[in-house]
Amino acid sequence: MNTQVLLGQLTIGLVNGCFYAMLSLGLAIIFGLLNIINFAHGALYMLGAFAAYLALQLFGINYWYALVLAPIVVGAFAILVERFFLRRLEGLDHLYGLLFTFGLAIALEGIFRDRFGSAGLSYSVPDQLRGLIDLGFMRLPTYRAWVVVASLFVCISVWFLLERTRYGSYLRAGTENPRLVQSLGINVPLLVTLTYGLGAGLAAFAGVLAAPIYQVHPLMGSNILIVTFAVVVIGGLGSTGGAIITGLGLGVIEGLTKVFYPEASSTAVFMIMAVVLLIRPAGLFGQES
Amino acid sequence: MSAHVSSPSHSESSAGPIVIRVNDLHAFYGESHILHGVSFDVREREVVSLLGRNGGGRTTTIRSIMGLVDRLKGSIEINGKRSIGMKPFRIARLGLGYCPEERWIFGSLSCEENLLLPPKISDQGMSLAQIYEIFPNLKTRRNAPGTKLSGGEQQMLAIARILRTGAKILLLDEISEGLAPTIVDSLADTITKLRTLGYTIVMIEQNFEFAAPLADRFLVMERGRVVLELDQSELAAKTELINHYLGV
Repeated sequence: MNTQVLLGQLTIGLVNGCFYAMLSLGLAIIFGLLNIINFAHGALYMLGAFAAYLALQLFGINYWYALVLAPIVVGAFAILVERFFLRRLEGLDHLYGLLFTFGLAIALEGIFRDRFGSAGLSYSVPDQLRGLIDLGFMRLPTYRAWVVVASLFVCISVWFLLERTRYGSYLRAGTENPRLVQSLGINVPLLVTLTYGLGAGLAAFAGVLAAPIYQVHPLMGSNILIVTFAVVVIGGLGSTGGAIITGLGLGVIEGLTKVFYPEASSTAVFMIMAVVLLIRPAGLFGQES
Repeated sequence: MSAHVSSPSHSESSAGPIVIRVNDLHAFYGESHILHGVSFDVREREVVSLLGRNGGGRTTTIRSIMGLVDRLKGSIEINGKRSIGMKPFRIARLGLGYCPEERWIFGSLSCEENLLLPPKISDQGMSLAQIYEIFPNLKTRRNAPGTKLSGGEQQMLAIARILRTGAKILLLDEISEGLAPTIVDSLADTITKLRTLGYTIVMIEQNFEFAAPLADRFLVMERGRVVLELDQSELAAKTELINHYLGV
């Protein structure tokens, strides 16, 4: 066993885990409050990456500004989608929300494929984050270290927002019983809109972080979304901490599988999902109802 | 405590303005027609009890006022504003505090987070200190998760959280249900205290013994209609009729 390979796959796993964590966090809060399985989540992640790419190409806006602006732009787009489309599906079977977001994802991906092709575009690592950090036992690309730090910071901030603020208490209560929360005088329609925007912003942030690592590709979201769904199922709903830990953990497990049994690396997550569903149908951190 | 017992003409002489006016209200859940023309008024500072058997339409009446029913016909005015068609959170902000039968204490929120959840709608609400003075248990359990509280504590919390908002009209659905007698007694004291503080209270009660000494007026509902309306002063004379409707 080569320790270099092991450590290399571990860091790649950890980086992937960071993306799973950010995306599953957004998916989980959206599902909690809106009761919609947001199939457009991958497309929003893709939009984040493209927003960074286009901002650089068209306006010369650099990575650091993109990191702030892309989530705002994509979040605003999602707010309009919620306000004008998703809201009309309220009260209907959950399937309609799923179908709508699925259709939206296909449409967005189609538009970008038509416009930019499916070869994938490259976005270079910003100058400040080039190079390697020598950890003694291994050399870590600086950008990967940055991804881990930035995404953990964002995940912890979101956790703090949900667990320690007034908005968070509205959101948690709204997830349990939106009708009662509304009759206590809380503006639930606004809460729903903001929460969809927050989830989308989180996906877009992940998309910008991903742009220099993976290629900026119209289908980049579809590929990661399936694993993210598995993460949400494994972690269970109702625990923001659970979504973060499960995302990171599964990334690492996936990385380790690549070292020890590469053939299973793309199925490991789904095997874990099957086992978890058999033992704890509500997920590792979910509450059995 | 003596105020309401010794004032049989309370609702006529010392009556304030009408704060809730329900007129010819019909309520529907899907295809089922639940309320068939309910009309009544509630005046400021009044305590009104809705009595009747289960299925008579009492909870639906309260839920209609809160805007939680699929479809309504007729009219409801709260503090002079027609509320049918408004979103529930806007209705609440007209000055209503709603304590549902299921209590709905949020398990993912601590006791104190539950208490602080509803936004203030006026500055007439109680402070946290005042609330903890009335419900000392909630202070000692402030950091416990909402659903780890006992039934009595959850009921107190469900009432306490609507006192902080500044709502002056309280809609209480079956607050005495399923609780130990000592807790029911202390809830009765709480209601008495709230009326002296100037709250208007509409309470649904199965437990007539509990409601009888507390309310100024009683509305008995059956099959979606108000079938009997009584003042506190008429209570003694009409016990038999009430028992007939309540089926005891």
